[in-house]
Amino acid sequence: MIKAILIFNNHGKPRLIRFYQYFAEDMQQQIIRETFHLVSKRDDNVCNFLEGGSLIGGSDYKLIYRHYATLYFVFCVDSSESELGILDLIQVFVETLDKCFENVCELDLIFHMDKVHYILQEVVMGGMVLETNMNEIVAQVELQNRMEKSEASDQ
Amino acid sequence: MALKIVKGSIDRMFDKNLQDLVRGIRNHKEDEAKYISTCIDEIKQELKQDNIAVKANAVCKLTYLQMLGYDVSWAAFNIVEVMSSSKFTYKRIGYLAASQCFHEGTDVIMLTTNQIRKDLSSPNQYDTGVALTGLSCFVTPDLARDLANDIMTLMSHTKPYIRKKAVLIMYKVFLKYPESLRPAFPRLKEKLEDPDPGVQSAAVNVICELARRNPKNYLSLAPLFFKLMTSSTNNWVLIKIIKLFGALTPLEPRLGKKLIEPLTNLIHSSPSTSAMSLLYECVNTVIAVLISLSSGMPNHSASIQLCVQKLRILIEDSDQNLKYLGLLAMSKILKTHPKSVQSHKDLILQCLDDKDESIRLRALDLLYGMVSKKNLMEIVKKLMLHVDKAEGTTYRDELLTKIIDICSQSNFQYITNFEWYISILVELTRLEGTRHGHLIASQMLDVAIRVKAIRGFAVAQMATLLDNAHLLTGNTQRNGICEVLYAAAWICGEFSEHLEDPMQTLEAMLRPKVATLPGHIQAVYVQNAAKLFATVLRKHDGETESQAAQETSQLLIDRLPLFVQSANLEVQERASCILQLVKYIQKLQQKNVEVAEEVTALFAGELNPVAPKAQKKVPIPEGLDLDAWINEPPSGSESEDEKPKAVFAKEEPKHSRSRHTEVDEKELARRREVRKQEQASNPFYIKASPSSQKVYDAPGVEHIPVVQIDLSVPLKVPGMPMSDQYLKLEEERRQKEKAERKKKEKKKKREKRGKERKADSGPESEEDITPAHQVDIVTEEMPENALPSDDDDKDPNDPHKALDIDLDKPLADSDKLPVRTHRPEVLKSPAEDRDGESVPQETKKKSGKEKKKDKEKDRKRSKEEKKKKKKPKEVEEELLESQPEEAVQSEETKEAAAPPTSTSAEASDLDFWLSSAPVPPAAQEVTAPSSSAAAVDTSSAAAPESEPDEPKDTEPEDTKSSKHKKKKQKKEKEEKEKKKKKRHHHHHQHHGDAGGEDSVQNGTVEEEEPLPPMSNYSLLAENSYIKMMKEDADQVYDIQGNHQDESKVVVSVIFENKSDSFLKAMEFNVLDSLNSKLQRPEGAGAHDSLTVPFQLPPGVSNEARFVFSVQSIVMPQKLKGTLTFIVKSDESSTHEKLDFKLHFTCTSYLITTPCYSDAYAKLLESGDLKGSSLRLEGINMPFHHLLARICFHHHFSVVERIDSCASMYSRSIQGHHVCLLVKTSDQTVSIDAKCDEPSLLGNVLDEIKQTFSKC
Repeated sequence: MIKAILIFNNHGKPRLIRFYQYFAEDMQQQIIRETFHLVSKRDDNVCNFLEGGSLIGGSDYKLIYRHYATLYFVFCVDSSESELGILDLIQVFVETLDKCFENVCELDLIFHMDKVHYILQEVVMGGMVLETNMNEIVAQVELQNRMEKSEASDQ
Repeated sequence: MALKIVKGSIDRMFDKNLQDLVRGIRNHKEDEAKYISTCIDEIKQELKQDNIAVKANAVCKLTYLQMLGYDVSWAAFNIVEVMSSSKFTYKRIGYLAASQCFHEGTDVIMLTTNQIRKDLSSPNQYDTGVALTGLSCFVTPDLARDLANDIMTLMSHTKPYIRKKAVLIMYKVFLKYPESLRPAFPRLKEKLEDPDPGVQSAAVNVICELARRNPKNYLSLAPLFFKLMTSSTNNWVLIKIIKLFGALTPLEPRLGKKLIEPLTNLIHSSPSTSAMSLLYECVNTVIAVLISLSSGMPNHSASIQLCVQKLRILIEDSDQNLKYLGLLAMSKILKTHPKSVQSHKDLILQCLDDKDESIRLRALDLLYGMVSKKNLMEIVKKLMLHVDKAEGTTYRDELLTKIIDICSQSNFQYITNFEWYISILVELTRLEGTRHGHLIASQMLDVAIRVKAIRGFAVAQMATLLDNAHLLTGNTQRNGICEVLYAAAWICGEFSEHLEDPMQTLEAMLRPKVATLPGHIQAVYVQNAAKLFATVLRKHDGETESQAAQETSQLLIDRLPLFVQSANLEVQERASCILQLVKYIQKLQQKNVEVAEEVTALFAGELNPVAPKAQKKVPIPEGLDLDAWINEPPSGSESEDEKPKAVFAKEEPKHSRSRHTEVDEKELARRREVRKQEQASNPFYIKASPSSQKVYDAPGVEHIPVVQIDLSVPLKVPGMPMSDQYLKLEEERRQKEKAERKKKEKKKKREKRGKERKADSGPESEEDITPAHQVDIVTEEMPENALPSDDDDKDPNDPHKALDIDLDKPLADSDKLPVRTHRPEVLKSPAEDRDGESVPQETKKKSGKEKKKDKEKDRKRSKEEKKKKKKPKEVEEELLESQPEEAVQSEETKEAAAPPTSTSAEASDLDFWLSSAPVPPAAQEVTAPSSSAAAVDTSSAAAPESEPDEPKDTEPEDTKSSKHKKKKQKKEKEEKEKKKKKRHHHHHQHHGDAGGEDSVQNGTVEEEEPLPPMSNYSLLAENSYIKMMKEDADQVYDIQGNHQDESKVVVSVIFENKSDSFLKAMEFNVLDSLNSKLQRPEGAGAHDSLTVPFQLPPGVSNEARFVFSVQSIVMPQKLKGTLTFIVKSDESSTHEKLDFKLHFTCTSYLITTPCYSDAYAKLLESGDLKGSSLRLEGINMPFHHLLARICFHHHFSVVERIDSCASMYSRSIQGHHVCLLVKTSDQTVSIDAKCDEPSLLGNVLDEIKQTFSKC
């Protein structure tokens, strides 16, 4: 199970947060700060796994993250997930974003947080991996966007 | 027109969208909070508008603000409003907001149930998808209960997109509403073989997640997963399955054996770079398998070695991720094969130097298992170096705990020299800012208490610590470490007889600086000062007019008042108590009374360590009921009466208490006076002897400024031995010992040990390394007759505990999801006759009972296994003639009426699968779900049916679940038969427990050969327009309670349009006989026909069901009937008719009813049954096929099967028992049968004969 997905930039500003377990807003912010603190002090050439993070989960949980340019993508998962599998999943997610936004950059995430959520919803649902096939994800996202467009033009 | 423009601009005025909001926030970096608060005000305005577009926009902005940490729960109702918009665009925004900020405590969630249900059944798949996604984030127990059925229906949706989401969300539903697991599980299992890989993956995901928490319940799925593993190409699925197998193998070692080969194949076949994740999980599971296997077999150590070598390659890889994972996997091997890991110590120690903290932590974990007596000191030395170097407190703290863990593991097993350990602990106290002071302290206490030989040394060390306490407490940031002083003070006090200079320690403990320590430490100081005092007195015992003893008393009397003033109650209490005591002693000393003996007696006796949880494990004495009231509880009325009483009585205790304190105060004042006088008259009080050795009593010492020393370099405290010295000493000692042992062999004995630590040469142990001390580790005390229970570790709040449900058990009546119906059912079985609200409660009650049954079943299973071992002949006799003694004796007979199970068959299936050589995939399909087939049958037989002629299918939502369940099963069967796909218009509502394929596999099938396809449908009539297929009426159900002499039979007929025209106005009519009548709606004449409630477009088939009432069921029946319909093509429409004959066989009155073997035996022994027999020649099909056929076509269930002999059972709708004993030898099958109705039996046997004559 995935417990949380956090995307923040090099300064710890959240760009997308998705908790699959309830935390109050202030706790969420605290978790983001702690996670950022843990992740940001790590070099780029060290491993992508991180234990601890006292706030979120216990010993069964791991932080698995990737650092792309200005953004950190952090998944907090338990031991039922394959570590390398989740790394691949992050890659799939980022590539999907890249396809949907055409050369995605931080600004896309900043201004279209809702769209990023919709894409993520096609990848992970309720903390479980829904789809890992990028083409399928992109197809579903585009179909939904088309529907939105047709609704807008009906007006 | 103008108005429109104005309206539009007003809209735009509020139209600050998400992008504008983000831009605004970025432009107001200085006063962000202020800007956002104005935005929130705007949003509040927008939410008040009626325009849903404006509302949705506002909610979207709120979602963004929520991410920034703003609480937006106040808008929950508006979010619900947006969710219920009919437009997908807005609905999506609403659901997103809800999924981000709704949780179980959100009260508006109750309002969403109907909206979500509506969205789930929306014709637009994306509405459904969005609702499912949202629900997965905020599902509550109530929502789960109310929507479980709707979601289950969606698991069979035509769109894979919906199916996969529905499957995934079921896991969340199970968590919140565990009762749904059993009814939903068969369908979930079915989805493992869904044609769509995404759905399959989702099902694997859910089952893996379930199985991870309660693996034993899913062991029976192993064959199915095995098949998936060998066939699937989806890496994600494979990883999940392989991980699952890793969890299952510990429970079933035979599974491991089966897995090794395919797993190694996978390892070899997957290209090493692209699917590293898969490769790694394979290695991981191979390790798990090897671990589970190797417990008894030494020849696996080679494979373990191989795995370890593979992991070593990973660890040496330059990719840090692989290094990390290699270490992680290594730690799994470590638990069972520490030796194989130990050989890679070099590599692991090297990882301790890695720049990556994650890797260092993993390596630390490994060290834990790698220590031995030989290398402990060396490893710890290395760790101590790391402690010095480590920057960042978390890593250093981790190191500290690891050092302690490593040393203290399994009762200090690896420590050979406790002096070394104590000095390590003392060195650790110099760590700056550690949080683990208490950990070090408890280790000190533990060692000092339990290792008697070390006490002298420990006490000396602790005394030095106390003396240098300022080093520990000097820095306020180092508060954590002062816990150590707690241990030091206690050890010095308790074992003060070992102190060289107790006086000096006593002085150190009473320094004014102590008062700055935390209260609980001060308290220990005070108490132990008293102990030291006793020791000092004892030391000077016998010396007449001992100056030293009296000086000690004086010291205490001088210093204790400081503690008497402490704010801490405990310190104050102890100090004043001891102060009085010392004063009294001083008085006695002045009279030259010998007091030492009596003072020491205060602290006499040994304190032994008590095991953790010892208190919990004290057995309850017989006859003591802890729950019983000591006094009768006050009744409700009494407690009311009490109030006035209490008011009355309140005054008194208060009064008396205050009086009491008054007395105390008076007394105190008096005593104080006395004390003052005493002190005045005491010659020693003022002139504190100047002859004392130390000037510790220098007046005004508090005023001397204390310079705080803050040293970053570890300080060598004089007198404190460095642990490194021990390393050398130990080496020397070992060498010496070795040499000595050699010498010993030659010469008898030679006393040359110098001043080595080994004071008394204990008996030489067989090990290479003897401990430096004769260590007597005191074991922890446990109460007598302690109960050896280890269930304390389980977390009662674990939500997964509720999901520990036996899934192999057939479904019972209670295992149904609550269904909402808009219309009352015409026919209801009494079990179903309750409203939706009461269902959950009932099921809860049931589940309690089921747990009991589970236990019962376990016992039974073991019994059955015993039985199986008996020779078949014996069993056979038992079954048919004699009464099985066990059945009579055992209490289980009482349970005979309980819902029977086929678990034993299931278990044996698994056994068979595990024990045999690799099985061709086709056979696995057959073996796996056989038990659920039985489950389906019972549930469907008990399921309530709706009146067939009731207008239906117009509103799919309204119709009854079980009906559609059947419909679906049939459709699937039909699809299989014809091997072509058709569109059904009733795909929305597929309720049910399992697909048709399950019932094909009825019976316990064990052999490899696949079963030939069987169909329950027979052709009824056919012409160029239409084809009618009749299902052998296995939908029989009885309503004995209402009509004693009459039973109802449901006949399902599939109508298939074979023509190119539209068929409509179909009317179905049957000529009633005396015995059997078609049930017509009230008011209809006896010969009126029934309208088939649908029309058929070209090529479409659909199914209708007709109810017949039957009086006698002992004879087969035939009814003539006609179907009339209108064929409508583009040009014309014609009226057509089709004649048919409905054949009611006796078999169709039988209901598949599983039966316990004991109940079965009891039934046979009762003597009410009449026998008959049948011989079939020339049957050359495998026995299991034979049984499956009987089960399938004649509605029997297998009670027990031994080799080529099986007992079977079925029950008629009127309650007749039918028992069969089927034996086969060569090509002859003999069936002995018993039934309480001979003519029924005769007819059933005839029908069985017919079935087999056809093939």
